[in-house]
Amino acid sequence: MAQHQVNYASSAGLPIALTSVDKLVNWGRSNSLWPLTYGLACCAIEMMASGASRYDFDRMGTIFRASPRQADVMILAGTLSKKHSEFARRLYDQMTEPKWVISMGSCANTGGMFNTYATVQGVDRIVPVDIYLPGCAPRPETLQYALMMLQKKIRRESADMKKNKKQNLRLV
Amino acid sequence: MRKYTPKDNVQAKAYYTDRFWVAPRVPREEVEEGTHFAEVVAALGSLAKEAHIEIGQLVIHINAGENFQVIKMLKEQCGYAQCSEQSAVDYLAKEGEFELFYQLLNVHEAKRVRVVCRIKKDEAIESIVPLFKSANFAEREMFDMFGIRVNNHPFLKRIIMPDDWEGHPLLKTYPLQGDEFASWYEVDKIFGKEYRDIIGPENRDPARIDRYDTKRFSRIGYEVPFGADISGGETEQPIEYSETFMVNYNKSSKQLDERK
Repeated sequence: MAQHQVNYASSAGLPIALTSVDKLVNWGRSNSLWPLTYGLACCAIEMMASGASRYDFDRMGTIFRASPRQADVMILAGTLSKKHSEFARRLYDQMTEPKWVISMGSCANTGGMFNTYATVQGVDRIVPVDIYLPGCAPRPETLQYALMMLQKKIRRESADMKKNKKQNLRLV
Repeated sequence: MRKYTPKDNVQAKAYYTDRFWVAPRVPREEVEEGTHFAEVVAALGSLAKEAHIEIGQLVIHINAGENFQVIKMLKEQCGYAQCSEQSAVDYLAKEGEFELFYQLLNVHEAKRVRVVCRIKKDEAIESIVPLFKSANFAEREMFDMFGIRVNNHPFLKRIIMPDDWEGHPLLKTYPLQGDEFASWYEVDKIFGKEYRDIIGPENRDPARIDRYDTKRFSRIGYEVPFGADISGGETEQPIEYSETFMVNYNKSSKQLDERK
């Protein structure tokens, strides 16, 4: 974070670190990504494994929250049925800005093997997705990697959310 | 993807031909005298139009109007105290009828009975919820999936599909990938019909690649910046090696191995 090496002994003992506001804010945002506890299907098992002690999401500052009001990331883990799509979008709308979406697994990405009348063919039809995570189901390592990619993406962004143009469709 | 063919007459006329395929048929056996099933058939009397045994199960064909009466007798007189399954089969194209079945279990005799009846498309059936609580959800599912109405059901409402869904998905005429209503359901519900143009139709091809979409697809061999417009073709970026930094083995005649 610090742009310059600070020698406390020679700088009159002042604990100074120089940085930009963007970097400071994004440092905080990217290292405390709180996802919404939102499992839709079997991918949720891998998501739970990622949160449990063996893979340990907590060490990355990622703590699952049970309320969309406290969450930054929505991990859509599993098959999204058309009946449920309304509620997925409502939960997304209830999350406070800034917010990001990880689409986890083939079903969430494209509908996967459920090429039927009742499955949403890709969750990007209803929410703007930041990371598409392939796999059926993705291993916990893959989810960790997706989260690290999302952290990288956040660190590139501006702290002012108005300046960030979402790549995907953002609907009112 | 395989082209979608209308399956309105899929039962009347097969859309594929297989020269050597023989339809499997379960052998039907007569009900033998002196067995438990013979007692069941005797108890029903003229209510049973036809009765035979398939794979150790008694199959009883009845009139659709007498289903409550028959199942009540089976429950109270013959000990069939459990209704494990109830649903329908769509034979509309072939025979113009639904086949309804009730699967009953007698735990004391370890015997199963299937009660079968047939109804036309717009006919309703009497509910057996007063006899079996388990039939509640089964009849709701049958209503949801086939559109068969059930008289005197306590709460006849869609159980699997959303309440505002159009169509009954388990009918043979319902397309697997959904009709017009189904394909726009989530868009219409969440954003409204005016957003159909923005979101676009569903992509049903899982292997689809859009070569001009540089945001979601990478171009191997023709790397272009993220989000660049390549509708006019990519710029050629051939892989070049530095002459000064790397050794050009083609031109150099230097003997590397001194021993030769």
